[in-house]
Amino acid sequence: MVRYIIRRLLAAVLLLGVVSAVTFAIFFLVPRLAGASSQDLASRYVGRSANAQQVKEMTDKLGFNDPIYVQYGRFVKAIVAGADYDTGPTTVHCPAPCFGYSFLTQNPVWPDLLDRLTVTGSLAGGAAVIWLVAGVATGVLSALRRGSVFDRAAMGVALAGVSLPIFFTGLLSLSIFSYGLHLLPAGGSYTPITQNPAEWAYDLILPWTTLAFLNAAGYARLTRAGMLETMGEDYIRTARAKGLPGRTVVIKHGLRSALTPIVTIFGLDLGILLGGAVLTESTFSLNGIGKYAIDGINNNDLPKVLGVTMVGAFFIIVANLLVDLLYAVIDPRVRL
Amino acid sequence: MKRRPAVAAVAAGVAFALALTGCNGNKSNPSTSTNTAQAQYNAAVGKVFSASTKKGGTLRFANSGDWDSLDPADTYYGYSWDFIRLYGRALTMFAPKPGKAGTELVPDLAESLGVSSDGAKTWTYKLRKGVKFEDGTPITSKDVKYAVERSLDKATFTQGPTYFNDFLDLQGYTSPYQDSDPNKLGLKAVDTPDDQTIVFHLAKPYGGFDYFAMLPATIPVPVAKDTGTKYKEHVVSSGPYMFDQNNLGKSFTLKRNPNWDPANDPNRTALPDTIEVALNVNGDDIDNRLQAGSLDIAVEGTGVQSAAQGKILADPNLKKNADLASLARLWFTVINSDVAPLDNIHCRKAVEYAVDHEGYQRAYGGDAGGDIATNLMPPQLPGAQKIDLYNFMSKKNGDIDSAKKELAACGKPDGFETNVSFRAERGKEKATAESMQQALAKVGIKLTIKPYPLADYVKLYAGKPDYAKANNLGLIIYGWGADWPDGFGFLQQIVDSRVIRPQGGNSNLGVKIPEVDALVDQALASTDADARNKIWAQVDKTVMENAVILPGVWAKVLLYRPTTISNVYVNDGLGGYYDYAWMGVK
Repeated sequence: MVRYIIRRLLAAVLLLGVVSAVTFAIFFLVPRLAGASSQDLASRYVGRSANAQQVKEMTDKLGFNDPIYVQYGRFVKAIVAGADYDTGPTTVHCPAPCFGYSFLTQNPVWPDLLDRLTVTGSLAGGAAVIWLVAGVATGVLSALRRGSVFDRAAMGVALAGVSLPIFFTGLLSLSIFSYGLHLLPAGGSYTPITQNPAEWAYDLILPWTTLAFLNAAGYARLTRAGMLETMGEDYIRTARAKGLPGRTVVIKHGLRSALTPIVTIFGLDLGILLGGAVLTESTFSLNGIGKYAIDGINNNDLPKVLGVTMVGAFFIIVANLLVDLLYAVIDPRVRL
Repeated sequence: MKRRPAVAAVAAGVAFALALTGCNGNKSNPSTSTNTAQAQYNAAVGKVFSASTKKGGTLRFANSGDWDSLDPADTYYGYSWDFIRLYGRALTMFAPKPGKAGTELVPDLAESLGVSSDGAKTWTYKLRKGVKFEDGTPITSKDVKYAVERSLDKATFTQGPTYFNDFLDLQGYTSPYQDSDPNKLGLKAVDTPDDQTIVFHLAKPYGGFDYFAMLPATIPVPVAKDTGTKYKEHVVSSGPYMFDQNNLGKSFTLKRNPNWDPANDPNRTALPDTIEVALNVNGDDIDNRLQAGSLDIAVEGTGVQSAAQGKILADPNLKKNADLASLARLWFTVINSDVAPLDNIHCRKAVEYAVDHEGYQRAYGGDAGGDIATNLMPPQLPGAQKIDLYNFMSKKNGDIDSAKKELAACGKPDGFETNVSFRAERGKEKATAESMQQALAKVGIKLTIKPYPLADYVKLYAGKPDYAKANNLGLIIYGWGADWPDGFGFLQQIVDSRVIRPQGGNSNLGVKIPEVDALVDQALASTDADARNKIWAQVDKTVMENAVILPGVWAKVLLYRPTTISNVYVNDGLGGYYDYAWMGVK
């Protein structure tokens, strides 16, 4: 087991390296292959009325004249060992893992990422709890009462949930609960949990439920399908024949086995969300990883994009690893 | 060009607005000018709405994006130049008056406007006495000089304008950070003979230097507190408010600066106790919050989003809380004389005649987007003269007969083929290209539409002369906003052929007329504002006579004015924004 984990971890590090190299190449190698000079690249990061001299200075400052592998090496070195940056009057050290300085705003990327990660984490974590509980519970109940009014209603709502994009449900719920009824805070409200946990939860209720609504719908349908299949198995009949209570049969025998695909999907979904819940964050004006990524992409701000990509890839890889380990817990057959 | 993100707008009587402006032009204080008590459409255009002297409260701003920088040396957004006056005082500023009266410059940190000598190559300002930084240190001319010095360092402060770099007699000076002078005041182009006096020496004459003195780069910076690129985290205030909290990229708050003295600042009301700014807020959400009263100002001043615009204009109860502001901005198309057969003036004139001007206006939202432009300078600019050489107003859908005559004179009676470029992300520019394609097809001019990515449009494609020529970009769709409302601020960067750089990044996309260059030099040297304005009007006319620019729309935007704010007016000097330095909370 330990060897397995170590092997997976090594593979993860390798994968992160590949992801960073590919992202780096997309930004620096592809434009060059298309014929852009290093000064063309630098001209994106100078002011509107910069002259040739200023473009040249910027090219030197950003090191675009160096060969690609040197630039990439510098990036990797900064992650491992940190780097020094010139602020004008002084030089500041950006400690590892330094994802560099934003080309445009000249802020270090890593503190920004950490700061925004708490927002994205709060959003994704809270929403995940809601959608997992609501989605699985609805799915189980629907499966047990297949064809009932509840089943039909729940699956109808689930279909709507999957179909409606978050920028629709989000704005609609804001306009009803925030601007109409004044029950919930306006978009953009966020209080760190360390400052006031109650306020934190209150501010995030709408984003949580909106995001959960979208995801819960899929989980409900998935759970329902899984449960329907499992509950038809012979061993369920056997369990019932043994005289086990209904609850034990459903939860311990039925749900446990139907849960495996749910856990897989859940791990991936959560990993992806931690890499930035782009639409939710934009709709609710939450300054998380997703908004940060959009900002970086819009401005061709490579260090930001690289930073988000690495963080996103990291979470997806970790989530995958956790899912694989969880399998063993949920499904004893894996341990064999 | 001050960058002003995509503009959505609506239209109605400019004449009405201008007439009202004229009435108020001579009054010194907006609180004494016409006050509209009742909310109505355009109540804050050309006059002050809900005048008030009530202090207190929190003024809440939101931005759908982020500032380029809060550092006075590093900012080039129009709204930023408006907002920065809350925490910084430049030597001069635009008069705090509604409408066109706001285009006049008044002294701010200086006690009077600049005094020129040496044929407009030397400019002297005296600072007001008793003005202090937020920590109580008196502000001296050396702090202003240092601020100008650091703004020259374009490797550190990449985003600000380059007027001081271009005009000061630098003698090789690059940056205070490379300066061997122990006080970091080695720039010879700026003298500080005493603590109240500052003298600027230019390499070439410029009669309108008071406009440069208005730039945020003259907001004083204490050398000991300068942290370079990190200074934006806490700019040391010289205005009525100072930074309280600053969460870069997310939000910031300003509180009262205890060392600001209203006795030596006639230009600001400083009514609210606190200023709150939320950054990166969803644009549609901003509109909803404005209407719900949970937000006071959309700081970018680009107008409401199209969803809200339709709703506001259709509902009289909302419309009465809206203002249609004229921007000092022109949406236009360059007719590229590098590309045959547009090197022939008659072929260019044919394009001017044949275009559907209403179609151009429709592409920008119809009346909502602004007025049909007949020449370059927007009418609210001082000295602007409306001329209509190609029957834009009498034949709004194109003058086919005249166009055909010009085509015949050009030797292309059956028309010709060329390309039209636009910024792919901008739906309005795409609609413009399609409208032109249809209109020009009527006279046999066949247009092929070429979209390019916005971010690199001027740097790598349309703004790079050899690229534009090699790719046959005969028509280049573009837009331009004035850095400040005068002929130089609006015209120079788009018509002076000497600003064209072969490596790209140009804003002049192909106007190369020696006569215009000569006129620009004359205007620069003239210290008489009236004479200068006449020359700029002549520049405008000459460009139109040469048919190298096809004017499209003089832009407007629909601003929503929540019922929560007082002392509201659109200031034409600031380029069509509400004047943030006068606003209060009800």
